[in-house]
Amino acid sequence: MLAIAGLICGFVFGWGLLVSGMMRPEKVLGFLDIFGAWDASLLVLMATSLVVSGIGFALVKERRPLFAPKCLWPDKTAIDAPLVAGAALFGIGWGLCGLCPGPALENLATLSPRLIVFVAAMALGMTVHDVWQRRRSAARQRRDQVLMAGSDG
Amino acid sequence: MTNFTPISAAIGGALIGLAALLLMLSTGRIAGVSGIFGGLINPATPDRGWRAAFVVGLIAAPLTGSLFGYVLTEPQMPANWAVIVAAGLLVGFGSRLGGGCTSGHGICGVARISPRSLAATAIFVAAAMAVVTIMRHALGG
Repeated sequence: MLAIAGLICGFVFGWGLLVSGMMRPEKVLGFLDIFGAWDASLLVLMATSLVVSGIGFALVKERRPLFAPKCLWPDKTAIDAPLVAGAALFGIGWGLCGLCPGPALENLATLSPRLIVFVAAMALGMTVHDVWQRRRSAARQRRDQVLMAGSDG
Repeated sequence: MTNFTPISAAIGGALIGLAALLLMLSTGRIAGVSGIFGGLINPATPDRGWRAAFVVGLIAAPLTGSLFGYVLTEPQMPANWAVIVAAGLLVGFGSRLGGGCTSGHGICGVARISPRSLAATAIFVAAAMAVVTIMRHALGG
C-alpha cells in the first residue's frame, strides 16, 4: 500500500510540474532572472502549493497516516551551518541549469543524454555527502571512545 | 525567455500541494524529492519501495501527458558538459547537506512555517538568482 501511495503521489506531483511548465529549465530560469524578462509563474505555483499543503498539513497534523504508524514531521529547528551551506550550494547548482531534483528526475522520461548526465552527477553528489557524513560520525564515535577510555584511566 | 502563465502555474501548484498532502496523509512522509531520491539510492535505507514508486510516478506523469496534448521535449541544457556535471554535483550534495530542496524546504517546510525551511528557501533562491544574474548579465550569457 505504501508503494501504491508513493506511485500516486509521485504521479500527481509530476503532473503539477508538467501542467505548470516547471519541468522546463528555461521556465525556472525565467523566474530566477530578476534583472531580465522576469517570469513570476514559479511564484504563483509556490503560492497555490503553499495554500493547499499549508491548510492541509494544519488539518491533518495530529492524524495517524493511513499506511504508517505515525507522521514523520521533521523535528529539527536550529538554523545551523550545514543548513546554510547546503542551501547555498544547492542554490548555485539550481541556478546553473535551472534544474532541481523533482523536474530533473521527471525529465528522465525524455531520455535526454545531457539530463541523464545531470541526474547521475546529482546522485553522485548525494552519495558523496552520505559517505562523508558516515565517515565523520564514525570518526566522532572513535574519538568519543578514546576520550571515555582516557577518563576511565 | 518565457511568458508569465499564472493560470497553469496556479493549477500546477495546487497539484503539487495536493501531492504533498496526500503523501503525508497516506505514508506520513514529507514530499521532499531530494530526500526521497537520496534515500532510494542509499543501500542502507530500509524503506526503498515507496521511494522507487514515487520516482516511477514522477517519470510516468509526462509520458501520460502526451495523451492530453503535452508534447514531451528534451529539456534545454547548457552546451558545456562541465557546467552540467558541476550543477548536478552541487544540487545533489547541497540538497543533502541542507536537508532538503525546493520541494522539501520550499513547499513542505514553508507550508509548516518551519524557520529552518524559510531560511533555506531564502538562501537557495537568492543564490540561484545571483548565479543567473551573473551568467546572463555580467558574463553576457
